[in-house]
Amino acid sequence: MIELFRRLIFLPVGASTVADGVDALHAFVITATMLVSTYVFGAAAWFTVRYRRKSDRQLTRRLSATVRHEASIITLVLGTFLLWWVLGFRQYVEMVQPPRDSDVVYVEAKQWMWKFTYPDGRDTNDVLTVPVGRPIRLAMTSRDVIHSFYVPSFRIKQDVLPGRYTAVWFEATQTGTFPIWCAEYCGVSHSRMRGEVVVLSQADYALWLRSGKGQTAEIDCGRGPGSCGGGDLVAIGRQVALRRACVACHTLDGQRHVGPTWSGLYGSQRTLADGRKVVADDAYLTRSMMEPAADVVAGYAQVMPTYQGSLTAAETGALVELIRSLRDGPVAPAGVALPALEITTAADGGRGP
Amino acid sequence: MSDTTVLAPQEHFATIEQQAHAARLGMWVFLASEVLLFGAIIALFTSYQVHYPDAFRQGVDHNTKLLGSINTGVLLTSSTAVACSVHALRAGKRRLAGLLVAATIALGAVFLVIKLTEYAKHFHEGIYPGGAGSFFQVHHARGLPEFWTLYFGMTGLHALHVTIGLTVLGVLLSRIMRAELGAASAHRLELGAIYWHLVDVIWIFLWPLLYLA
Amino acid sequence: MTEATYLNARTTIRSWVLTTDHKRIGILYLVTLIFALVLGGFFAMALRIEHLTPGHTVMTAMTYNRSFTLHGVIMVWIFMIPSIPASFGNFLLPIMVGAKDVAFPRLNLLSYYLFITGTVMVLVSMFVGGIDTGWTFYPPYSSSTPTAIPTALLGVFVIGFSTILTGLNFVVTTHTMRHEGLGWMKLPLFVWAIYATSIIQVLATPVLGMVLLLVVLDNSLHWGFFDPARGGDPVLYQHLFWFYSHPAVYIMILPGMGVVSEVVATFARKNLYSYRAIAYSSFGLAFVGFLTWGHHMFVAGMSTFDAGAFGVLSMLVAIFSAIKVFNWTWTLKGGAVALKTPLLYVFAFLFLFVFGGMTGVAVAAMSLDVHWHDTYFVVAHFHFIMVGGTLTAFLAAIHYWFPKITGRMYSERLGLLSAALVFAGFFVTFFPQFLLGNAGMPRRYYDYPPQFQPLHIVSTAGSWVLATGLLITAIYLGHALFRGHRAGDNPWGSRSFEWRTTSPPPTHNFHATPPFDIDPYDYTQPLPGTDDDPAAEKEAA
Ligand code: HEA
Ligand code: HEA
Ligand code: HEC
Ligand code: CUA
Ligand SMILES: [Cu+2]
Repeated sequence: MIELFRRLIFLPVGASTVADGVDALHAFVITATMLVSTYVFGAAAWFTVRYRRKSDRQLTRRLSATVRHEASIITLVLGTFLLWWVLGFRQYVEMVQPPRDSDVVYVEAKQWMWKFTYPDGRDTNDVLTVPVGRPIRLAMTSRDVIHSFYVPSFRIKQDVLPGRYTAVWFEATQTGTFPIWCAEYCGVSHSRMRGEVVVLSQADYALWLRSGKGQTAEIDCGRGPGSCGGGDLVAIGRQVALRRACVACHTLDGQRHVGPTWSGLYGSQRTLADGRKVVADDAYLTRSMMEPAADVVAGYAQVMPTYQGSLTAAETGALVELIRSLRDGPVAPAGVALPALEITTAADGGRGP
Repeated sequence: MSDTTVLAPQEHFATIEQQAHAARLGMWVFLASEVLLFGAIIALFTSYQVHYPDAFRQGVDHNTKLLGSINTGVLLTSSTAVACSVHALRAGKRRLAGLLVAATIALGAVFLVIKLTEYAKHFHEGIYPGGAGSFFQVHHARGLPEFWTLYFGMTGLHALHVTIGLTVLGVLLSRIMRAELGAASAHRLELGAIYWHLVDVIWIFLWPLLYLA
Repeated sequence: MTEATYLNARTTIRSWVLTTDHKRIGILYLVTLIFALVLGGFFAMALRIEHLTPGHTVMTAMTYNRSFTLHGVIMVWIFMIPSIPASFGNFLLPIMVGAKDVAFPRLNLLSYYLFITGTVMVLVSMFVGGIDTGWTFYPPYSSSTPTAIPTALLGVFVIGFSTILTGLNFVVTTHTMRHEGLGWMKLPLFVWAIYATSIIQVLATPVLGMVLLLVVLDNSLHWGFFDPARGGDPVLYQHLFWFYSHPAVYIMILPGMGVVSEVVATFARKNLYSYRAIAYSSFGLAFVGFLTWGHHMFVAGMSTFDAGAFGVLSMLVAIFSAIKVFNWTWTLKGGAVALKTPLLYVFAFLFLFVFGGMTGVAVAAMSLDVHWHDTYFVVAHFHFIMVGGTLTAFLAAIHYWFPKITGRMYSERLGLLSAALVFAGFFVTFFPQFLLGNAGMPRRYYDYPPQFQPLHIVSTAGSWVLATGLLITAIYLGHALFRGHRAGDNPWGSRSFEWRTTSPPPTHNFHATPPFDIDPYDYTQPLPGTDDDPAAEKEAA
């Protein structure tokens, strides 16, 4: 049924968990539109024939709306609209709130390419490789102007802004290659800013992970871009934290220093100086680095400098991944590889690392 | 020395009352549109203020409260003066009306002088719009450039309105002195006065935002 | 026997370019607007031709990007926003309220010249670098490209000034210049529509003016109001821009709706199904329209709460249009309907506007917009409303008031033929664009993946039918201007006030003032003193 509908109105395959719901609402709305426009046109045509003018001086009787008639129409139409709104809003909420256990990939957009940085530190241009059946969250930023990350087959789209991180998530339901298009005008080659999502089966994905395809992340460890070498993102995060002197103020082992410790920080509830309470998720952590003044933790002075513009997306990703690895205890066991996109097994409760 | 000339309405109006009514309503509609003009930039200001509370507090603290407040006083007084001048003209006291308008203009000029003094001070300290200047090499708070850019934008636009207001009042003054405006055409002066009140009211909004907060 | 009309009162060029007569200013606008429509249409045709093949067809990527920007800017600001209010509103509003002129005739002329100045600035920007930002001018792209942004944006700013002054003039005219006995509930609905439009113009345009100035400062002086590198927020620009531009879409459609109300009543020879509902819903649109701007930013990164609020408010604003649509349709019931050219255009309007409007509601349902945002679906949505709605209403207005303005009549057969062509051409042009949007084709794409080509070809073919329809219209109307037979004062037998004076009207609008305390939609009795009047008929015999 839904497949037929898709073919009928040229929708691409629905390859994500949200696609079926969106398309069903689409079908509902479009059918109603067709019916109503046909009704209006049909009624107008019928009245034109039925009440055609017989003489140029013909007089007509006064016919006016009753309040009941107007009110019932308004109720009916508004009711339909509100029903759509309720359905649409529920889906929208689902579409913007990533599941808690989703894996993260960092996306950096620039005129006119997409760059993806994976939890294990490698990065690729224009090709995003993901496993089927896992929620993937993209933390995205732009180096220049506004772009928009659009995968029609997943029915997702999100603007990518300079100077801040925005997020979008999806869970692919079928393997294959799906186009990515930039949907916000960004300059002369806007229409060529295309990429693709390659969705692999979980087994193929594990192979891909091991194969080391894709280049190494261009994270700067002091000897130029790429000098951190490969390795997992947490290890790179440690090097970045050292090199950027985060550890001058933050500890990894639970001790209070100039700033709060990173141990046990991820996912915890933070109380801010102005009384607000927020959960330390990726967005909060990235914001803390880019705009430290925006959310000052209670009990600390606002002395942290901003790293806006000096940390690259890949470095930011590595730092967040490091902090994430410390979520459950003072120190992550050294040397343990923590590929966050590790294929889920029932045993670890569907959580990532 | 009340004037006795009976004014004829322009030909598309039936009566002079209708014409005055139209002119007054036109002015109010225009003011509504001006309010929205400033509303837009004030909305921008408050958004950034919410975003960068600290930088904006620093910016406000940096401004000289005294100068800002004196200017508020100056404008309020001038507004009263121009309001009285309309009454005076209606009552036929053309000379008094002229004096009051002249006082308004003088006060408006004082306002501009104080404002320019403040600008000079800022430039001296190395504060320029767009985050340019030596000040911003010392003060890094994020959002500080936005504060000062908006400060210059808002006060500059307001000063432009003050200047326009002064010009309008100047023309009106010369017409009062040449006895072209009198009791019967007091609504012309009233229009100028309404505009001047607007200039005042806008400042009443800018003053707390930029000097007190 | 030549009667004194506003047209032959004085005929020097000077008497036209320096006129303060609202009717002549209306004509000046009309001529300029048609020029703008043709220019905008030229760029539209160029866009369509380029899309015949993926990749390069006739122009480079940069030319394409500049073309769609100019097409959007010209159509929106130089054609659509002034269109019906500045031309027909100027011509008719004073007559409909029984006044000799608008309240401020000189201001009216000033508006026109501001409009011309702004238009020239926008066109000049074409030659001093061109702009390629799209008509929405989003920073930081617009504030960082070294193109003719300042010229173009200041041009739009000046046009905005002209819009405000025109709106101001109409608001004051409606309030203070109504003829004795002409209460609000007796006003022709066109006046209500123009009045509501004017309120939006006065209140929304300054916000646009402000924000455009800020972008100009960002672009030329690097002040950084919206520049993230200086702590600015580009999304705030979008909020301010749409705070103007959503109400602006009602500036574009409301006058068209006013035309529809007039045409439907006249050709059905019947009172409107509910005068009040149509009149008040214009205000609903004008006010609730200020609260829905965020629906253009569902994927710009807003909170779910904001998105939900903007979504539900968009649903609320849509209801007012629905009320109008149903009332127009049922006005026909029990009438004496004559399917003349203006009414045929109005039927096209009804069908296409419902389609365009309902797809508006569809994009306002947030989860659907995530897929459709910035695709051809949105392009189709707004062309269905702006071309299928407003442009169609504009054509209806031209045909309906042609005899009023010129005193002559065009060929009804050619009228019906070209209306049908325009309708068919329109549908073939833009319906495929919904499908393109479904398939995921983003807008503002110079190059596109080859699987979209068939639909693009259909769309381009349709645009030629549409252009042919318009061309025929231009030709027979031009012919009728000089050779059309005399129409008589009231060829449609309408009861509305503008038809109670001679066609074309005299300089001061009325030779003898008709009664203004009657219902302009009353077709229950013969109209005294006209050929509806059986008594008059007897006398003539
Ligand atoms: C009122 C507004 C308006 C009107 C009327 C039109 C009319 C048309 N538009 Fe456009 N359009 C916009 C407003 C409008 N458009 C806007 C705002 C955009 C977005 C821009 C952006 O992205 O920034 C857009 C974008 C847009 C695009 C998308 C570009 C892209 O995203 O890459 C396309 C593509 O097909 C298009 C096509 C057309 C066509 C074929 C017409 C046709 O209907 C044109 C037909 C008209 C003619 C061919 C003129 C011929 C006239 C005569 C011969 C004489 C007439 C005489 C009398 C009336 C007496 N328009
Ligand atoms: C004249 C112009 C005009 C008008 C009147 C409208 C009217 C509406 N518009 Fe549209 N819109 C535009 C011009 C216009 N729009 C333009 C130019 C853009 C693109 C800008 C850009 O990005 O370049 C746009 C984009 C746009 C978007 C953003 C899309 C995106 O970029 O992702 C949205 C989202 O909500 C929207 C919604 C609406 C709604 C809800 C209405 C409503 O007011 C419509 C109300 C009308 C009806 C609803 C029809 C009548 C109803 C019935 C007969 C009832 C039927 C009853 C039942 C089914 C029960 N519009
Ligand atoms: C000059 C000292 C200093 C440096 C250097 C510093 N920070 Fe901080 N940081 C702080 C202080 C103080 C706070 C608490 C106040 C606040 O939230 O601004 C903080 C807070 C944070 C928080 C929020 C923690 C919480 O408890 O909610 C994060 C995340 C963070 N910093 C990350 C970093 C990273 C990553 C770096 C290096 C790239 C870094 N910091 C460098 C002083 C510093
Ligand atoms: Cu990037 Cu368009
Ligand atoms: Cu809108």
